[in-house]
Amino acid sequence: MANTLLIGTRKGLFTLRSDASRRRWKLAGPQFLGHIIHHVVQDPREPRRLVMAAKTGHLGPTAYTSNDRGRRWKEAATPPAFRKSAEGEKPRAVERLFWLTPGHASEPGSWYAGTAPAGLFRSDDHGDHWTPVAGFNDHPMNAKWAAGFKTPDGEFLHSVCVDPRDARHLYLAISIGGVFESTDGGKDWTPLNQGIEADFLPDSNAEYGHDPHCVIQHPLQPDRLYQQNHCGSYRLDRPARRWVRIGKRMPTRIGDIGFPIVSHPKDPNKVWVLPMDGSTVWPRTAPEGKPAVYQSSNAGNSWKRLDKGLPRTQAWFTVLRQAMCADREPRLGLYFGTTQGEVWASSNEGESWRCIVRHLPEIYSVTHAA
Amino acid sequence: MHTVRVPSPLRSYTAGAARVHARGDTIGGVLLDLERAHPGMRFRMIDEQDRIRPHIRIFINQREVNSLDEPLAGADEVHLICALSGG
Repeated sequence: MANTLLIGTRKGLFTLRSDASRRRWKLAGPQFLGHIIHHVVQDPREPRRLVMAAKTGHLGPTAYTSNDRGRRWKEAATPPAFRKSAEGEKPRAVERLFWLTPGHASEPGSWYAGTAPAGLFRSDDHGDHWTPVAGFNDHPMNAKWAAGFKTPDGEFLHSVCVDPRDARHLYLAISIGGVFESTDGGKDWTPLNQGIEADFLPDSNAEYGHDPHCVIQHPLQPDRLYQQNHCGSYRLDRPARRWVRIGKRMPTRIGDIGFPIVSHPKDPNKVWVLPMDGSTVWPRTAPEGKPAVYQSSNAGNSWKRLDKGLPRTQAWFTVLRQAMCADREPRLGLYFGTTQGEVWASSNEGESWRCIVRHLPEIYSVTHAA
Repeated sequence: MHTVRVPSPLRSYTAGAARVHARGDTIGGVLLDLERAHPGMRFRMIDEQDRIRPHIRIFINQREVNSLDEPLAGADEVHLICALSGG
């Protein structure tokens, strides 16, 4: 089967398409040259439809939609925007549209979007009109949960997860803010951060204020969550509420800091991370300049280093939270894009890697499209 | 009717035109008229709290303005400028 990778970069949208063997890849693009593309996501319910999060250096954020697999794009009629602030209220304006998640299978056309500053938005018409999710954006605790901490590019709301068993059961994450859960379709939310370390907070048992980098929910075992956090890698098996730090089993000299985390779509126990250097002043590059993917086949109880084909030394790239993904082939393919504009691919679950494109702009996201 | 000079990042909304015309007694009125003719254009310059976005500058003739309430006279020209925004 041919596979497509949608590559959002700091300077536009690129597409990689493979042949059936996944040996040959053809690069197309750029589309939207010069635009900052944070995320491009295919709708699994209607694969011809895509939604893209964009802005430019000068202009405000917006969304684009396509109903022909990305050949043509249309700007959203109403991009995500906070409601007009009341008098005396701190005014909020979307600076970046950062994250896109298709809604539940029972709600065709529905999408969720996360922004910086942290806001949650929903569309029910394939991404053309967006409305604020008041239950989160106007929650009485919102000002504390989304306190406006300025991480380098802003305070991001990301990792919106829709429970495949229940459209009303949602998770989201904020960097910096933590993980939150709703069981009523987004009307009310509660923090879900027990067990997560936060060495940058004075209270190590804080209810919120954590820094999740990426949270995923397994599609076949939705009670299984994984989280790559600023302070380690974690697993949570609901209905438990306390995360378990599975990264403690990683080699000490590598650590368990990183941005992305990817699970096998058919095996909830198999998961991959891409560690980065979170020591001293946080270089956020491959530890020791020797990039490697680490795989666990037992839900994080042990880890295996996978670096065959990756640079052996002096490779200092970073892989951001949306820039690693898997395809759907029986022998699973894995992909990641670097801040230096390279895309690396494995067609054997990470056992070996090869660079399939280089010299792109800084890569923000790599997503798989069927 | 005012002449409005459109910077290159916004010309995708004006079919490539560098100059368009719009009606309005204030900057805010001109921008609303532009939005009617070129849907989506206003939000790229003005946020949901009606503030001019950080890298947008608006001039009436040679004078920079910071409020959408700035009045316009008959022959005034409006310059929409995209300020430097990094590499």
